[in-house]
Amino acid sequence: MTYKAKLGLLAAAAIILVAVFLFIDLGGNWDYALPRRIKKVLAIILTGGAIALSTTVFQTVTNNRILTPSVMGLDSLYILIQTTVIFVFGSFTLYKLGSNVNFLINVGAMILFAGILYKILFQREGNNIYFLLLIGMIFGTLFSSMSSFMEVLIDPNEFQYVSDKMFASFNNVKTELLILSVIVVALTLLYFARFAKYLNVLSLGRDQAINLGVNYDYVVKRLLIVVAVLISVATALVGPITFLGLLVVNVAYEFMKTYRHSHLITASILISIIALVGGQLVVERVFTFSTTLSVIINFIGGVYFIYLLLKESRA
Amino acid sequence: MIQVTNVSKVYGGKKVVDNVSVTIPKGQITSFIGPNGAGKSTLLSMISRLTGKDSGQITVDGKEVSQWKSGDLAKKVSILKQSNHISLRLTVRELVSFGRFPYSQGRLNAEDEKFVDEAISYMELEDMQHKYLHQLSGGQTQRAYIAMVIAQNTEYILLDEPLNNLDMKHSVQIMKILRKLVADLNKTIVIVIHDINFASFYSDYIVALKDGAIESEGKTENIIQSNVLRGIYDMDIEIEEINDNRVCVYYG
Repeated sequence: MTYKAKLGLLAAAAIILVAVFLFIDLGGNWDYALPRRIKKVLAIILTGGAIALSTTVFQTVTNNRILTPSVMGLDSLYILIQTTVIFVFGSFTLYKLGSNVNFLINVGAMILFAGILYKILFQREGNNIYFLLLIGMIFGTLFSSMSSFMEVLIDPNEFQYVSDKMFASFNNVKTELLILSVIVVALTLLYFARFAKYLNVLSLGRDQAINLGVNYDYVVKRLLIVVAVLISVATALVGPITFLGLLVVNVAYEFMKTYRHSHLITASILISIIALVGGQLVVERVFTFSTTLSVIINFIGGVYFIYLLLKESRA
Repeated sequence: MIQVTNVSKVYGGKKVVDNVSVTIPKGQITSFIGPNGAGKSTLLSMISRLTGKDSGQITVDGKEVSQWKSGDLAKKVSILKQSNHISLRLTVRELVSFGRFPYSQGRLNAEDEKFVDEAISYMELEDMQHKYLHQLSGGQTQRAYIAMVIAQNTEYILLDEPLNNLDMKHSVQIMKILRKLVADLNKTIVIVIHDINFASFYSDYIVALKDGAIESEGKTENIIQSNVLRGIYDMDIEIEEINDNRVCVYYG
């Protein structure tokens, strides 16, 4: 199969799933259900695409196929912010704050945190990318511990609000947030387009990239900013779901069997949409909302992750 | 011309390269020799901007390396490090094509394809150009990487231990190709090399480093001398002349 055929196959699968999702059991409720479903699908495409793209870029920059951007601790920061707001002000405040403000606070804090991390990384020469990952992991653990600390102290009713935020959900996406996110993601993609041509070379590793004339620190820094913005927007919109990235990017590698990022990124975005729309269908139709999408994604992703580790250790 | 002036590099308080000044002669093969940890690879990395320097100046054609635009320098100087482990699914031809990135930014035109073809035939890789890198032996991989550097078509070629892990036949083959590159295309080649007999047979100029400083430098016949080598390696090395070539006997 050629790359084009493979991509066509994925695109067809994605379109069919989206169509099924939109029109299944629609009955006579076109006016009511269809706009809601379209909104949901848009949110899915946006987050799925953002996560697939950022994970591909992140793995290329780090030259590591079993990392996701969540090791930088952005997810944990998101949960920490939510928990802190509820812990200090109560869930009513979070409600009163309005989703817009909450969204902006989250995105702002995550990008700020990533900025500080990168500042540390690029301050002096010799700090390599693994240093960044190590610091991100340590902070991520710190943030989760602080969150759990607050979680055990708060009122169980309040905890309900926190646990709602801990899992990604496409069920209550606000329209105005969706528009805002689309704008931010579109601007980020425009910015990313300037650096996209370097990805193939970057996958050869730092030394080769420099040899071939890539201004390495400059490009990597900007790519990591793109990753941070995309992850922040996706997480603030639907909740932490970066584990999905590991799954879809690796499936894309296995399926496409190429190093070309133009193919890889397109494939991983399509697979991401397939996984999310398919997963959401299962959640709504099979489990009738008794579980959340991220539980399913994390379960499948976890199994696949273990498989990857076993495979890599044998290679 | 590559000119290194008073360059130093400190790693964790230890000076690995200490105030080194050297001029690389054009259109020749220059070998960096010396014991382990002498700073040869670090010096090569600094010349090729893979590693920053702490002090001093390195100029390529009169312009400081850090002042060059990275993309422009990539058309002047290429570097191949000793460990090139990648886990990508790449064919030999795709790897060699990467050598054209400084010119094409990833979109190869007919001229780029011509350079890729030439580089592949130069390294005699035609019949395996569509094989994946992970299917090749160490020597074949090394040749593919050198083909990539040839496709990059730079005036200066820096190679860090290009003979590492190669058997005698392939070592000789690669050194002969390097000589041919100098003779046919007037390239300037700098290699870091451990086997002093290869340095003796194939290089025009030798720079010997020891403890981060230049111990001695000069034309090959002036360096491959028992007393000079004793200063570099702290051991007695007999020199035999065979067919106008100097062979070092250092095995016992």
